[in-house]
Amino acid sequence: MAKSTLLKSSIAKKVAMALSGIFLISFLALHFFINMVSVFSADAFNEMSHFMGYNPLIQFVMQPILVAGVVFHFIMGFVLELKNKSARPIAYVKFDGGANSTWASRNMIISGLVVLAFLGLHFYDFWVHEMVYKYVEGNAIEETRYYGELVAKFESPVRTGLYSVAFILLALHLWHGFTSSLQSIGFDNKIGKSLHTICYSFAVIVPAGFVFIAIFHHLINN
Amino acid sequence: MSAAKNMNISLQIWRQKNSKEKGKMETYKLNDVSTASSFLEMLDQLNEQLVNERKEPIAFDHDCREGICGMCSLYINGRAHGPDTGITTCQLHMRMFNDGDTIVIEPWRSAAFPVIKDLIVDRTSFDRIQQAGGFVSVNTSGNTIDANATPINKQDADKAFEAAACIGCGACVATCKNGSAMLFVGAKVSQYALLPQGRIEATDRVLNMVRQMDEEGFGNCTNTGACEVECPKGISLENIARMNREYLSASLK
Ligand code: SF4
Ligand code: FES
Repeated sequence: MAKSTLLKSSIAKKVAMALSGIFLISFLALHFFINMVSVFSADAFNEMSHFMGYNPLIQFVMQPILVAGVVFHFIMGFVLELKNKSARPIAYVKFDGGANSTWASRNMIISGLVVLAFLGLHFYDFWVHEMVYKYVEGNAIEETRYYGELVAKFESPVRTGLYSVAFILLALHLWHGFTSSLQSIGFDNKIGKSLHTICYSFAVIVPAGFVFIAIFHHLINN
Repeated sequence: MSAAKNMNISLQIWRQKNSKEKGKMETYKLNDVSTASSFLEMLDQLNEQLVNERKEPIAFDHDCREGICGMCSLYINGRAHGPDTGITTCQLHMRMFNDGDTIVIEPWRSAAFPVIKDLIVDRTSFDRIQQAGGFVSVNTSGNTIDANATPINKQDADKAFEAAACIGCGACVATCKNGSAMLFVGAKVSQYALLPQGRIEATDRVLNMVRQMDEEGFGNCTNTGACEVECPKGISLENIARMNREYLSASLK
């Protein structure tokens, strides 16, 4: 089969969406782990952050892949949303979506856009700051600055609040997205079904954990 | 069982002269509807009233009126086949509604199911998907192998049979927020993919049926699961996952 037809097909798009989602989930798990460390030990957090910030493999290979993953997932999500809208040119006068599906599953574009807006802010806060610090200002390596920078971000209650809201939306996005991605790649056998509990737990525990970390630093360290 | 009662209802129904003209919702009052009547009988009653008033009756699809042909459609009060699960519209009864209710009735809404008249839509896009690969080629030259002579394990036979229960009604497309036909196509692919007789043409089948599905303008499944809930034949999402697997392995061949 010609590659071009495969890539244009609805199923290929769906699988691509699922795989990029699973990739982003794996990154989220790592990020969660590192952030959680900040609750227990400032030193360990500094050490890990320094490693992530200066290891060439992570900086020049993993980071661009991550950015590409986010951009791809977003663009593809948008393309699919537009295509799906055009599949129903005349809307129903009455449409009772809640009767047969969850809000989270029907509104991935909304939860996704909120998370994306948050990511924009997050990139500005940490990534742009990091780039300026390292490459524009050309500051010397300072291995213990990360913990302080993290704590400072959670000083404002407004920021901490917005941060928490974004993670609630992320939880909704994951609630549908994680199990959905398994279904998309054809994983619907016994093993796939038993993974569902893990998926739903992840969707709740990880975002709740991020919120906990934010509130912890806001209350304890500020 | 409680005795049948009569009720008065109000109906908002999509009226559209033909495929070219624009349609609109119209309101009708209907009195003395028995709670024991079926939904389609209620529409018959309304049509009688309209004929007596010298008005154009409402066009709607129906045939067997016992849940097996898949002809009856109707989006009732925001749901495919109305407020119940596991049934077609002909199996829906007026006892599900109350005196004084307003019932909204619309045709299936999908770019791939254009309205022909009033509540009737053109579902030949499903036929074209079937024609693209929803069959097995059997040699009928006199050497036909008896189907029962081919051993098939019970589980696969059951799953194929469940998939084959799809009646092509289109409720899955109608209810899907994306207008996706993947439950229908998943069922049609699965019913053959699970059987040895279907394996021979499995690669071409899934590639061709999915290509046709995409060409017809159906949307893309995002696994909301609404189709599975509204499907009158209980076709499971498993069939979509199986189609995805079949499609991926066929594409990589
Ligand atoms: S899968 Fe179910 S809802 Fe869809 S066409 Fe078949 S019987 Fe109807
Ligand atoms: S009229 Fe045949 S299924 Fe309803």
